[in-house]
Parts: sequence; structure tokens; C-alpha cells
Amino acid sequence: MFARKRQSTGDLAFDIVNYTLLIGFTLMILYPLYFIVIASFSDPNRVNVGDVWLIPQSITFEGYERIFSDGAIWTGYRNSILYAVLTALIGTALAIMAAYPLSRRDLLGRNFFMIFFAITLFFSGGLIPTYLLMMKLNLMNTIWAVILPSAVDAFVIIIARTFFQGLPEEIREAASIDGCTNLRYIWSFVLPLSKPIIAVIVLFAVVRQWNGFFDALIYLEDADKYPLQLILRNILIENQPSGNLVDDIQTAAEKQRIVELIKYGVIIVAALPLLILYPFLQRYFVQGVFIGSVKG
Amino acid sequence: MKRSSGIGKRIQANWELYLLLLLPVAYFIIFRYWPMYGVTIAFKDFTPAKGIMDSPWIGLDHFMTFFHSYNFEQIIGNTIFLSLLLLAIAFPIPIIIAIMLNQVANQKLKRFMQTSIYAPYFISTVVLIGMVFVFLSPNSGIVNTIIVALGGDPVLFMAKSEWFRPIYVFTEVWQNTGFASIIYLAALAGIDPHLHEAAVVDGASKWQRIRHIDIPGITPTIVILFILAVGNLMNIGFEKAFLMQTDINVDASEIIPTYVYKIGIQRGQYSFSAAIGLFNALINLVLLLIVNRTAKKLNGNSLF
Repeated sequence: MFARKRQSTGDLAFDIVNYTLLIGFTLMILYPLYFIVIASFSDPNRVNVGDVWLIPQSITFEGYERIFSDGAIWTGYRNSILYAVLTALIGTALAIMAAYPLSRRDLLGRNFFMIFFAITLFFSGGLIPTYLLMMKLNLMNTIWAVILPSAVDAFVIIIARTFFQGLPEEIREAASIDGCTNLRYIWSFVLPLSKPIIAVIVLFAVVRQWNGFFDALIYLEDADKYPLQLILRNILIENQPSGNLVDDIQTAAEKQRIVELIKYGVIIVAALPLLILYPFLQRYFVQGVFIGSVKG
Repeated sequence: MKRSSGIGKRIQANWELYLLLLLPVAYFIIFRYWPMYGVTIAFKDFTPAKGIMDSPWIGLDHFMTFFHSYNFEQIIGNTIFLSLLLLAIAFPIPIIIAIMLNQVANQKLKRFMQTSIYAPYFISTVVLIGMVFVFLSPNSGIVNTIIVALGGDPVLFMAKSEWFRPIYVFTEVWQNTGFASIIYLAALAGIDPHLHEAAVVDGASKWQRIRHIDIPGITPTIVILFILAVGNLMNIGFEKAFLMQTDINVDASEIIPTYVYKIGIQRGQYSFSAAIGLFNALINLVLLLIVNRTAKKLNGNSLF
């Protein structure tokens, strides 16, 4: 009786500490995001003096108005969407073309191909040899330099292969006896059954391309090819807003005031597509982690 | 005779599969294996005009130049220090968070917290570091506003070398803890519930059950992820260090990958920077092998 009571107080204390710490941690994650949202349409002067911390103050949409009327940001947006779509298409096609044959136990040379792909998980040429390759292939300053090098990797192929191996073998044997060719079988049976894994591969590719900036930084010269992240970098980190964002403002102080406002706004605008995709991202990325961890 | 015709038949039966493999194999040869061959420029005096093949071999000269360069120790030191810091702080926190979340009985609250802490994983590095600059700005950032309100002087966070590592590690924890905890949560969910039931009957407290059931239950997962983390020790996220680097904090923020970028891409010393990159990759490989071996000896868990 006594022991039981003492123990439950211990557990109660544990729960109190546990909940407090977890809620504190969750707030630490959420608050910066929340702050960006409210600061993006509050008067920057009020933000600077610390008036804005829970609810927006002196609401203004000037930041968003300037962002929406800026050409460079929208060019970047369009480029990022284009690169993400192309990367997803090419990457997914390559991943399936590699993964399906590798999932077939009757494929002669399966181990050889598996090792061929898996080696690239552990060894890579690194930055400079890849850069020289792009020069050699004349891909410098083309969108393909941003799309091709990271279109697909061995990790994605292994995830897809693991998924294909889980498809029922009986259907394939029955189809094969009925004279169904491999390609028709893939088209009519494998692909329709593979929507979850295709979603995982597509979302991996989209997020990687949407968030990446480094390939664009080293391979692209023309500003009209820049993806959104590179334009963001100029605004947020280099503090050099592009185009006509603040050119019409006269005083330096006023300029700086508006630039601060724009910074909060572009963070929201850039994160919006992934925010909309977030429910899917969460579901499929978690799935991807699980499939990948079953057998690496 | 019979065997070889069997092989021919097996290849013929699946000719379409080989056709499918053709494109991915070509892609990997060009975009993965060619750069591996390109690494040979680390041992050559490469000039773009001559190409990889015809540039003369010079052995280990570039490596020697690097070992003897004035900033060699600083760059290696920065890289290792930052990696160890990440391993000591950013590696264990997701484990702790997963164990704590696993104890939350209220499923709605648990799902809300999970959804919230996964979110930063999808924020780009540019936006993440952009947020850091905005929040830590000396005249308009919220952090300095608070410091001034409390009677302190504004801190020039991005211009001070001593703040580079704390900011790097904090943003790493902020961005990746949630997503990294997923795998531990899955491992915790895989623990046999009978163990917990039996422990409750025996009067074990929550804390005791964590120590004696949960932690031993997820140790194999921890070991494997630890091996992977050590194997990637020298592959610190380049993008973040690159974006956080300013002329003033360079003595803390210069790590091997940022140096390779500077020397190779910006100054065009391709051979020299390829050698530095290769040196980095070799350290990594050695580390991976050592840890894998140690883990195998200790408790039989290993990658290969």
C-alpha cells in the first residue's frame, strides 16, 4: 500500500517534469516560426523596440506588397518550381528504372548491379571533380547543372527496391504465364501498386531541389536562372535586396526599415509551398525513413 | 555447354530489365564514377587545358603543401571540434526527446508535439540562417532587443568567432531533433509491451522502466546510428558553415569543406583542393571502419 503510493508520486513528479520540458521544447521550435509570421506584417519600428512578441502591432502589408511586385523573386519562384518538377520527373524515372530490375531475384547479375550502385553511398568524387565534370560536359550556366548531378542517388534506389521486393511474387508469375511481358507488367501492375513509394521519391526530390542553393551558386551565372533560394540568400544574408525592392526609397534609415520587413515576408513566401505540402511531407518522409531503415 | 546456354536464356528472358537498367547505369557512370576517376587530379598538376588524362603526375605534393600550410592546424582543428560538439550535443538530444515523447499518454498532445518539432526539418538552410541573421541582428533583432531591455549591451553575434559554434549547434538541434527522433520512436514502439506490463506489476516506476527496458531496447538502434554519425564526422553540413561565414568569424568557421570551396571554386586551384577533399574523405573512411569494428567487438551490433 505504502510502496504503491510512494511510487505513484514518483511517477507524478516524472510526468510533471516530462510534460514541462516537452512543452518548453515544442515552444522553442514553434516560437521563432510564429514570430516571423507576426513580424512580417507589423510595423518594423514596433518590432525593433520589442513591442511585437505575441500579437502583430500597427499592421502593415507594405512588405508583402513590395515582395509581390518584385520581378526577381517571382522569376526565382518560377525557376525553383521548374527545377523541382524536372528533378522529380528525371529522378523518379531513373530510380524506378534501376530499382525494379534490382528487386527481381531472377535477374542475372543482380548482385553486381547492386554493388555498382551501393558503392556510391560510401565513395564520391567530391566537389571539385564534379565541378570539373560539369565544365567538361558544357553544362555550366545551364539549368541541367542544377538538375542532373543530384537527380537520384543510391539511397533512393535502395528504398524503392525494398518496396518493390514487397510486391506479391504470385501476380508476376501468373502474368508471366499468361504471356505478359516485363514492361507491360511494370506499366499495368507495378506502377499502380507503387504510388506510396513514388510519392516518397517525388517529395524527397522536390524538397531537396526547392531548398538547395549551392549547385545554383557555383554553376549558374545568369541572374534570370537563379532559383528562389539564391535570391533569398542575397536578401537575407548578403543584405543586398535585388531588383526594384527598395530602390524608390530615399533615406537609408527608411530603406533599412523596409528591408527588415521584407526579410520576414520573404521567409514566409519561400516556406509557403512546403508548408502547404507539409501534411504529405510528414507522412511520406516518415514512411521513407522506415523503409530505408529496414534494410540499408 | 548447357550452363552457358542457360545463362543466355536467363538474360534473354529478362532483356527488358537490362534495357531499363541501361539509363540509370549510364547516369551513375557519368555523374558518380567519372568524378571518382577525377579524384586522380589530387595527385596531378591539373590544368583544364590538358585535361585529367594528360596532366602530369606529381605524387603527394599537394598533400604535403596542405600539411605544411600555415592554416592546416586551424582548419583541421575547427572541423574536428565542430564535429565532436555536434556528436556530443546534437546526437543524444533526439534520443532523449524520443524517450520523453514515448511517455506522453495523451495521444493528441503527443501528435501535436511531433508535428511541431518535425517542421523545421523542411526549412531550407538559406531560410534557417536568414532567420538567425534576422533574430541576432545587433540593431533590430529580437534577441538583442531582449538583451538591451534587460540592461545589457547588444552582442554582435555573427561577427564574433566565439558565437559561431554555439549558433551552429543550436540551429542543428532546432532543425533536426524532431526528425531524428522518429527512428528512435519507432524502435521504442517495437519494444515488447509485456516487458513494461511485467515491470509495472513488479512496482517499477516510469523512470526505472526507462532505464531498464527502454534504453536497453533501443541500444542497437543507437549504436548503428552512432556508427553512421561517426562515419560522417568529417562531412559536416557545408551549406550552413558557408552561409554563416563572415570575414570576421573565419578563424572559427573555416572548416575543410568551406576551404575546399574557397581554394577550388573561387581560386581555381583544382588539384590542391581536390587533394584536401580526398584527405577529408580518407579520414572519414578510417573513422567508419574503426567505429564499426569497435561496435562489433563490444556488443555484436555493426553495419558490415
